[in-house]
Amino acid sequence: MRPDPRELAAIFVGGFAGAVVRAELADRFAADPGSWPWETFAVNIAGAFLLGWFVTRLQERLPLSAYRRPLLGTGFCGALTTFSTMQVELLFMLDAGRTGLALTYAAASVVAGFVAVLLATNLVRTGGRLRA
Amino acid sequence: MSLPVLLAVGVVGGLGAIARFLLDGAVARRAGRAFPYGTLAVNLLGAFVLGILVGAALDGDAYRVAAFGFIGAFTTFSTWALESHRLGEDGRLGLGAANFAVSLVLGVALAWAGRELGLLL
Repeated sequence: MRPDPRELAAIFVGGFAGAVVRAELADRFAADPGSWPWETFAVNIAGAFLLGWFVTRLQERLPLSAYRRPLLGTGFCGALTTFSTMQVELLFMLDAGRTGLALTYAAASVVAGFVAVLLATNLVRTGGRLRA
Repeated sequence: MSLPVLLAVGVVGGLGAIARFLLDGAVARRAGRAFPYGTLAVNLLGAFVLGILVGAALDGDAYRVAAFGFIGAFTTFSTWALESHRLGEDGRLGLGAANFAVSLVLGVALAWAGRELGLLL
């Protein structure tokens, strides 16, 4: 299957923006290795919320568009958030003997990321009202 | 960050996002979409490569472009969380939890292995 060049262009533009935003934040708010990486954590959870919001809206609320999801989802949110940095941060915590912190960081990221998607999905489906 | 470095991060980040899209699609076509193997493959490969960069002590602007730009955009936390949530919505919460656990255990192991390799470079 040959990829659609316009779809790739949309991913490139979204990826450009996401990478630039994250690189600036990572430069300004870098945490010491082995300590709690607030910058990565905040960006990842915010990005998970945004992706849940975009994907649910695009799939369930808005007319079908070929380029919004590649631009906003695959490109922007995908590039803004990072998995690899989180793994290296966990490795540094384990190096420093801070196993409890590593487990807490991993668990908090997973739970908060999941809840962020859940919240965004429900907000879109209920038109902005929280549903129990 | 200087403007040229920021632009380089953006261009390389755009390419990283495209590389993720293509690898995710290639893996999903072979392995099926019952489990998000594509994102798993992307994230594990990225954790390994970032480990190599850290082990090889890449720093300064080269590190910013390679790590924040390419690998940062290549790997993704948001899609990982979204796919785990959607597995749960489909009544496969166990698979969603497995997606989180397997990615984390293998991700840290591969980041470590990559760093060991990078130290040799």
